[in-house]
Amino acid sequence: MSNQIEKKIELKAPISRVWRAVTDYREFGEWFRVKLEAPFLPGKPVHGNITYPGYEHLRFEAVVQALVPEHLFSFTWHPYAIDPSKDYSHEPSTLVEFRLEPASGGTLLTVTESGFDKLPSERRLEAFRMNDGGWTEQMKNIESHVTQKP
Amino acid sequence: MSPRSRNRATTRRHPPAVVFAALGDETRLSLVVRLSDRQPHSISQLTHGSRLTRQAITKHLRVLEDAGIVQSNREGRESLFELHPEPIDEIRQYLDLVSEQWNQALARLKSFVED
Repeated sequence: MSNQIEKKIELKAPISRVWRAVTDYREFGEWFRVKLEAPFLPGKPVHGNITYPGYEHLRFEAVVQALVPEHLFSFTWHPYAIDPSKDYSHEPSTLVEFRLEPASGGTLLTVTESGFDKLPSERRLEAFRMNDGGWTEQMKNIESHVTQKP
Repeated sequence: MSPRSRNRATTRRHPPAVVFAALGDETRLSLVVRLSDRQPHSISQLTHGSRLTRQAITKHLRVLEDAGIVQSNREGRESLFELHPEPIDEIRQYLDLVSEQWNQALARLKSFVED
């Protein structure tokens, strides 16, 4: 069993457009659903409030790692850090990497998230708890988002 | 499940690192495959057809047991090993959950850059 997640998606948009959507903190926030307070800078932490309906009380906290123009953007974070009263900063984090490559008619984006083997087991329980009942609601949100902005 | 067979493997939580590490070995993966019939097997049965010694197989079984992936019960003079897939299932479900979140985020990114 692999301890990383890898996603590949072809986007019908030039690499410069995708780079901006991924690394401009306001644009990132649009599709990732977080209101970030400052731009992404290598080695710097970024914070913001989640704007995902139903999860607005949660914070997004990450530390930017690599920022190689139109090629690689990466950050470390604590997936499912869902307890607002808990300090997750000393816990191991996972590494999220966005890799961009030109593809016919657009951009091939590869996203990997790795380091799940280092996460404490309680984190998995929290994730399941978070999804309990919230999942159906989330699916409806996405559906309405897609139908409103086709 | 009877109270007797409920041993530490079912009650203790296993850190993902231990489960991943236990599965990150070809011999142990093949043992998991052999045990996937969910029947109890003796060490002799599990050594049969393998190029490894009984001692080596026993060592690998103990690693799997410590990760909670197999459990052993003593039957007379020998230990019988059985698969206990819950720790694997739990990690897989967690990764599925994270994976699904990325699918959704990337679908939103797609409509964001393509419109």
